[in-house]
Amino acid sequence: MMRHEAAVGARAATRTGQAGHILRDAVLAALVALGLGAPLLGLQTVPAERGLTVIPRPGLLFGAIACVFVGRLALGAFMARRAGRAALATPAPRFRLVPPGFAPTLGKAAGLALLLFALALPFIPGAGRYEIDLATLVLTYVMLGWGLNIVVGLAGLLDLGYVAFYAVGAYGYALMAKYFDIGFWAALPLTGLLAAAWGIILGFPVLRLRGDYLAIVTLAFGEIIRVVLLNWVSLTGGPNGLSGIPRPTFFGLPFSMAGGPGTFAGFFGLEPSPLHRVIFLYYLILALALLTNLVTIRLRQHPIGRAWEALREDEIAARSLGLSVVAVKLTAFATGAMFGGFAGAFFATRQGFISPESFTFIESALILAIVVLGGMGSQLGVATAAIVMIGGFELFRDLEEFRMLVFGLAMVAIMVWRPRGLVATREPSVALKERRGVAAAHVGEGRG
Amino acid sequence: MDYALQQLVNGLTLGMIYGLIAIGYTMVYGIIGMINFAHGDIFMVGAFVSLIGFLLLGLAGISFVPLALVLVLVFAMGFTALWGYTVERIAYRPLRGSFRLAPLISAIGMSIFLQNFVQVTQGARVKPMEPLVTGGLVLRSTGSIEVTISWMQILIIVTTLVMLTVFTLLIARTSLGRAMRACEQDRRMAALLGIDTDRTISLTFVIGAALAAVAGLMYLLYYGVIDFYIGFIAGIKAFTAAVLGGIGSLPGAVLGALLIGLIETFWSAYLSVQYKDVAAFSILAITLIFLPSGLLGRNEVEKV
Repeated sequence: MMRHEAAVGARAATRTGQAGHILRDAVLAALVALGLGAPLLGLQTVPAERGLTVIPRPGLLFGAIACVFVGRLALGAFMARRAGRAALATPAPRFRLVPPGFAPTLGKAAGLALLLFALALPFIPGAGRYEIDLATLVLTYVMLGWGLNIVVGLAGLLDLGYVAFYAVGAYGYALMAKYFDIGFWAALPLTGLLAAAWGIILGFPVLRLRGDYLAIVTLAFGEIIRVVLLNWVSLTGGPNGLSGIPRPTFFGLPFSMAGGPGTFAGFFGLEPSPLHRVIFLYYLILALALLTNLVTIRLRQHPIGRAWEALREDEIAARSLGLSVVAVKLTAFATGAMFGGFAGAFFATRQGFISPESFTFIESALILAIVVLGGMGSQLGVATAAIVMIGGFELFRDLEEFRMLVFGLAMVAIMVWRPRGLVATREPSVALKERRGVAAAHVGEGRG
Repeated sequence: MDYALQQLVNGLTLGMIYGLIAIGYTMVYGIIGMINFAHGDIFMVGAFVSLIGFLLLGLAGISFVPLALVLVLVFAMGFTALWGYTVERIAYRPLRGSFRLAPLISAIGMSIFLQNFVQVTQGARVKPMEPLVTGGLVLRSTGSIEVTISWMQILIIVTTLVMLTVFTLLIARTSLGRAMRACEQDRRMAALLGIDTDRTISLTFVIGAALAAVAGLMYLLYYGVIDFYIGFIAGIKAFTAAVLGGIGSLPGAVLGALLIGLIETFWSAYLSVQYKDVAAFSILAITLIFLPSGLLGRNEVEKV
């Protein structure tokens, strides 16, 4: 009896102690928030008659502090509860194996459902021009995400300048059309080749570098390309960009409102409608994205894909097994760049106008965020992440600055919460006997 | 000749500002081996906090320039250091022991957050400030061309040198500096010997941020305009400086920064202003490719 009471008392004491801790942490966090916010949130610089002046914004400051206090309190309580529950539960097995066959089946079903939905989308009642345009945008990012996924997810090379290849594709097509009068379909493979060539040119010198150095150098290359596009006015039009880029044709049949025998509508005996081109562009990017996906999936079975994954897991081991690291990395760079180039050509023909503003570092960061959020290596994850990200951006399109604010925070939060992304299993592409997906948290990371 | 001399003065001043930022990169890289991508934006926050400090002093009616400078320096260093601490605590500490690229991606997120936070709270327009210190010394005067060094430039160079001396002594002489060097060499061993490594790393970020705040203040005084985007380019250039000098080495960072400042100034003066950023980016790429350990860095031997 006595002992029982003592135990209850002790537990109550720890609980009060814990509550005290949580409260103390929350107060500290609020104090830090006060310090952080006092100059930047609490005061606003506004133009005055001479120079600037500051006006106080106490409401905003104290609102933010209150949010931080409550948030820290809630987080503390949540962590304490989870810790308490974890102490009661049996310890989790050290290696958690995803039940064989389960995750892939689920993934396949979800992927198939998404694909069917994507195919049927333009004919779903209620899908107007706006919806199809948005879906086209999402698919562009899905394709870019899948392209970058080859470099980052499969080969494990962090590329912060992926948008450079997107720009090479877009400007490549625009310039080909302008100077050599090459149509979209002829230009498409050429832009892919061009971007791949740039991938090799930029990739070759940097391949000796370690992961984070490589990231910074690719970022520098991306910026160099953007600065050149911005300043080479005679070729690229500089900040004014290039306009009047020819729109795509349906295998030679132009989309025209005039109708007539030589146009898409006339050939198929349809009523001319601006929607035709929109739908055609949608299917075009869907086909390009699916091509990217297909090539990736096939390449993963291919020795080169296995070499990429080997390199990602452990560069030294891969080298010891006789892989030519340079060749492996270069093919990853070139393949990823090629799909970026395709997407760029599509972007140029869809917009009809391009300028360096579309190819900033933020764009690279966005594509990278899609890949990272998607789980680096998972095709379905990347597609889901692109839908969530671009859809979310579209939902909050009126809050331009705030959405970037949230985007930055989300990147941090994802890294802290699930560094391996949403779909965090790594299914080996080839397996001996039984196929087992190992939760990615248990997969060792090579130096790369 | 005189034109070149003038560019030399300007380049050194610019290099000093980059140097203050570069130290933050090099210290953090030295101690936890990550590129603190948000450091350039910490510098930008420092510039904004300095601006607000000056405006507050203006409202308070303090017009004695040296006093205002010292007060704003302390103000900016304090608040920016708190930002540096918080960024490390929220975005980097939970990722220690995670896979290698996780902190870098988290840092990119932080960088985007800081830029947009300042944009949302302080507005996207450029913020001008009237020059606080005017006039200067004429070093040489031949006919029409005068080579001058403004008081502003002298102030920047002297402040930077003082700060460098203080922080070099801090690292060389104090127990904190010893702990930092120990963590740099072998974090696990340092922890076994009773060093609070988390605290040491936090302090590294705090020191880096404080120096970035000084750089922000100097940038504000020198150029007289700031906006929320200055951190990105300045950050990359300072990082380039740190790499050029040999990342992990403090004198290397300053040397690299002076070189970057000079190269950029001479490039703008003699070649092309539009492509001055290309110069810095190219130096970064070339250094990493041909001289990965930098001018004063140690060669890293990778053990399997």
